[in-house]
Amino acid sequence: MREALQRFARNRLAVFGACVLIGLLVLVAISPLVFPGDPFRLAGKPLQAPDRVFLFGTDTLGRDVAAGIAYGARTSLLIGVGATLSAIVFGAMVGGFAGYYRGGVEIVLMRVTEFFQTIPAFVLAILIVAILSPSVSSEIIAIAAVSWPGIARLVRGEFVALGGREFVQACAGLGASDARIIFRHMLPNCASSIIAVGSLLIGTSILTEAGLAFLGLGDPNVMSWGLIISAGRAVLRSAWWICTFPGIAILLTVLGVNLVGDGLNEALNPKLARR
Amino acid sequence: MNDMPMNDVVLELEKLNIALPPGADRAHAATDIDLVLRAGEVTCLIGESGSGKSLVARSILGLLPGPHVRVSSGRILFEGQDLARATPAQMRKVRGARISMIFQEPMTALNPLHTIGRQIGEVLRIHTKLGAAARRARVIELLESVHLPEPAQLLRSFPHQLSGGQRQRAMIAMALALRPRLLIADEPTTALDVTTQAQILKLIRDLQHQHGTAVLFITHDFGVVADIADTVAVLQKGTLVEQGRTAQVLGHPAHPYTQALIAAVPKLMPPPVRAPNTAPFVVQARDVRKTYGARGFFGGRVTHALDGVSIELRRGETLGLVGESGSGKSTLARAITRLMTVDSGEILLSGRDIARMTRLQLRPYRKRVQMVFQDPYGSLDPRQRVVDIIAEGPIIHGTQPELARDEARALLALVGLDPSAANRFAHEFSGGQRQRIGIARALALRPEVLVADEPVSALDVSVQAQVLALLADVKARLHLSMLFVTHDLRVALQVCDRIAVMQRGRVVEVAPTAEIYGAPKHPYTKALFAALPGANWQETVYA
Amino acid sequence: MRLLRYLGHRLLLAVPVILGIVVLNFFLIHLAPGDAASVLAGESGAATPEYMALLRHKFGLDQPLSTQFYVYLLNMAHFDLGYSFRNDSPVVGLILDRLGPTLLLMLTAFVVALICGTLLGLVAATGRRTWRDPVISVISLIAYATPGFWLGLMMIVVFAIRLAWLPTSGLDTVGADNEGWDEVVDIARHMVMPALSLSLFYLAVYARVMRASVLEQTGMDYVVTARAKGQTEIRVMLGHVLRNALLPVVTMAGVQAGNLIGGSIVVETVFGWPGIGTLAFNALQSRDLNLLLGIFFVSACLVVVVNLVVDLIYVSLDPRIER
Repeated sequence: MREALQRFARNRLAVFGACVLIGLLVLVAISPLVFPGDPFRLAGKPLQAPDRVFLFGTDTLGRDVAAGIAYGARTSLLIGVGATLSAIVFGAMVGGFAGYYRGGVEIVLMRVTEFFQTIPAFVLAILIVAILSPSVSSEIIAIAAVSWPGIARLVRGEFVALGGREFVQACAGLGASDARIIFRHMLPNCASSIIAVGSLLIGTSILTEAGLAFLGLGDPNVMSWGLIISAGRAVLRSAWWICTFPGIAILLTVLGVNLVGDGLNEALNPKLARR
Repeated sequence: MNDMPMNDVVLELEKLNIALPPGADRAHAATDIDLVLRAGEVTCLIGESGSGKSLVARSILGLLPGPHVRVSSGRILFEGQDLARATPAQMRKVRGARISMIFQEPMTALNPLHTIGRQIGEVLRIHTKLGAAARRARVIELLESVHLPEPAQLLRSFPHQLSGGQRQRAMIAMALALRPRLLIADEPTTALDVTTQAQILKLIRDLQHQHGTAVLFITHDFGVVADIADTVAVLQKGTLVEQGRTAQVLGHPAHPYTQALIAAVPKLMPPPVRAPNTAPFVVQARDVRKTYGARGFFGGRVTHALDGVSIELRRGETLGLVGESGSGKSTLARAITRLMTVDSGEILLSGRDIARMTRLQLRPYRKRVQMVFQDPYGSLDPRQRVVDIIAEGPIIHGTQPELARDEARALLALVGLDPSAANRFAHEFSGGQRQRIGIARALALRPEVLVADEPVSALDVSVQAQVLALLADVKARLHLSMLFVTHDLRVALQVCDRIAVMQRGRVVEVAPTAEIYGAPKHPYTKALFAALPGANWQETVYA
Repeated sequence: MRLLRYLGHRLLLAVPVILGIVVLNFFLIHLAPGDAASVLAGESGAATPEYMALLRHKFGLDQPLSTQFYVYLLNMAHFDLGYSFRNDSPVVGLILDRLGPTLLLMLTAFVVALICGTLLGLVAATGRRTWRDPVISVISLIAYATPGFWLGLMMIVVFAIRLAWLPTSGLDTVGADNEGWDEVVDIARHMVMPALSLSLFYLAVYARVMRASVLEQTGMDYVVTARAKGQTEIRVMLGHVLRNALLPVVTMAGVQAGNLIGGSIVVETVFGWPGIGTLAFNALQSRDLNLLLGIFFVSACLVVVVNLVVDLIYVSLDPRIER
């Protein structure tokens, strides 16, 4: 574990990504202090260009874009992490069952997984949110519903490979129960892959969330980056700043998450990543 | 082979040093190598894993991996040119035309997406001005010269459609396409079965005689050396400790390392005839069948891994299960340990059929049969401490964890490991030490039967001898019965009381070891013995 | 011959996928709050009571679920995706009208992403110890983190509003009755920004996959064999490594086909591109769920077709696949 941490620390890009994420977490923590009150509050005149008071300007209704970005960070992280965790739990269950029990179970489960990987994910996510009506929880459900197949295939692949490994067979030969083999031996040995892929999935989830919010499927009562862009789109010609800064926030966040994900991948799976 | 005239020097290594990247276990992969290769001679470079033998071979063609592994000093003289200092363009003129190379694993050494014909033809396309038709004709000629059937059809085949032996023949055809002066063969038969190995060795020998090629043959197997080499060079951790004519080095090794290596090679002689074992049977497999098949929409091929196999193991006996890859020997071992279920047949453990038991019924029987695996790197959980690996079995079967760990520490001493090993992880140990841990894990449950599946195949010959000695020792001390699966007849002769020979899912012959050595009955058994490398050498030495 | 048999096999496998989409659609209709008829009718209140009654009857909504499913299946089999009240025309017709521009945009973006991504990946992998690899890696990392719709908006600000080089929206210039070559140029000018903002993400994906794949293949034994034959480095790369390295990229292209459709919805919305994406956005605005379901069905079928094509490309590249 210490070795992995050292490898991570040597990776300059990964450290940069970690710094971005830490900065973001700090922003989330201090946003109520810096921008007290509701981010939906009308703070000044509409469509003010960035200046000393409003660092990133104001939007069509006179809301502070900077405050919106600060509060939107919470939404993005919440949805990104929430959706990823749900996808990992569900995907690992499906993939684990398929990869451990093989046979008919595997064929059926993997066909279903492939099916969900084939159908256009974003369109399905749109449908789910539209049907459940836009809210943070329905966004999490929708994004998780379209991202679990990747995890399922990964875990299934790892389980199939591990099942062929002799140390797992040795354990079965000792008379160990399925639960012991799965939780003591197989899951710990594919945890690093799941962490690495899962962290990249957070980035994708944040992008998907932004896309949904941009299409008007974000929670209307919770500030989010996609929501600000979607609202600022109509005045793009006169007020470029409304769309620009939340987009930069998305880009930096996803970049940070991906860099950390890549760094974790290299640190935890040095054999695979050393190329 | 002794009294061949000294031939022309083809290649000369002078004080060759190969540097390893910083942080490797030593600074140089090879140190001050002096070696002379002559026309019409086969020179074997022999060494254990990590001795640097493959890197020496690759350095000649400038094929060392990456920028960190490089020739740091010394000369590689070939036809008046120093290859260590040749430009890439000069090097390309030599590669494939004047010096060519074949590799250990022909499956990965061939491009999976190109036909055999195209890959062999590529050599001609690079180095000659032959037209397409002429190239094709020449490739067919080459395929014939390595005795491949139906060359015209093979031309259009892809590597995956050939057998391992055929692929290596194709590689040889490719290497000899332009009659090079030197052929470098990097363990070319290690991945092959023993009968195929014998054929490939003969082919290399024949072609080399025909063309007067010099051959640098890399191997770890003294049997192969005895069969093919004119001269031998022994490499120990990057240093040449001994070289000379084959008969001299094998018959009267001068260096202690060579002596130790040769002493570790299992003797090709039967154990003394013992009184027949009449103890009761512990394991009986009766008419066991197992098929693997791709059952798909459109049908598929079915392989009979076990095609009606019956074997019996008596208490206190060691039964060898010998066969080539795909013979079903490992499948049988896994069926007897119930790591896999069989399609039909009975597997009796002290008279009780365990073949169809449920998991729950099986549990008390599990500990009576334990397995030792082949791969010392894959058979131990990388995330567990050694003590937990060994104690896991007893804990599963209800022993108090603390007690189980104490017993595990005691077992470490039994298998010859230091007690301090207990709290370390598997990756901190060498292959032989890991195999000892694997044996300790199997013994922790106090089994009656030990099933050892190729337990020494992945180990160097010196380590191999130690692990075999340990197995024999614990077997005698703990009164175990052992099923010993191996592809290596030599090892089987040394270890087993009786030997069962398997071929294509069937047992073709079972007999006491002395009998099967002295008078093999089945043609396949005879073929196996005939193919054994170095048979003549040891008979002359130990007769 | 091998290809034909394989095609037959894949077609058979596509049937359950299409069936699965129908089932999923049916499930989604019933997941929606309220009466299924109102979902099918689109925006609640827009349809007349008579029409609602007709719908209930037509879909057997007054009957048990199994009958409903049977009726739904039958309708789908006839490619009857219902009627959009909002647009006052059948859903199938609406979608088919918009299919052309979407396909044009997607294909362009796909080809650009695939070709440029593969090339960049190859250049990065072969320039490991030069400036090329880090530069390309950083560019693809950034592209991989950029939301396509935001990139589109930024391009509009810069290239359409500030510099006025390119038109902001639409498929072609309204009212300018261009013909022949002029029209092609006009459409191309309109497509530059949407295609770029759609393709950039996938370009980064392919570049990453290609780079990793080339590096993996360069370490393989057959590459050493090719060098040992005396082959030049460039030919080793183009003749041996390239094709092997392309296989994972092709696989990835198949996986990403579905996502490309999703991406084109947002990008089309940004640029007012008259395709399925804009149609979907409008359907969302008017809560015309039935139209959305129709779009989902058609786009899923589209992905199945694309996957089929990708599979065929894969088999023709890799002789190891027997069926």
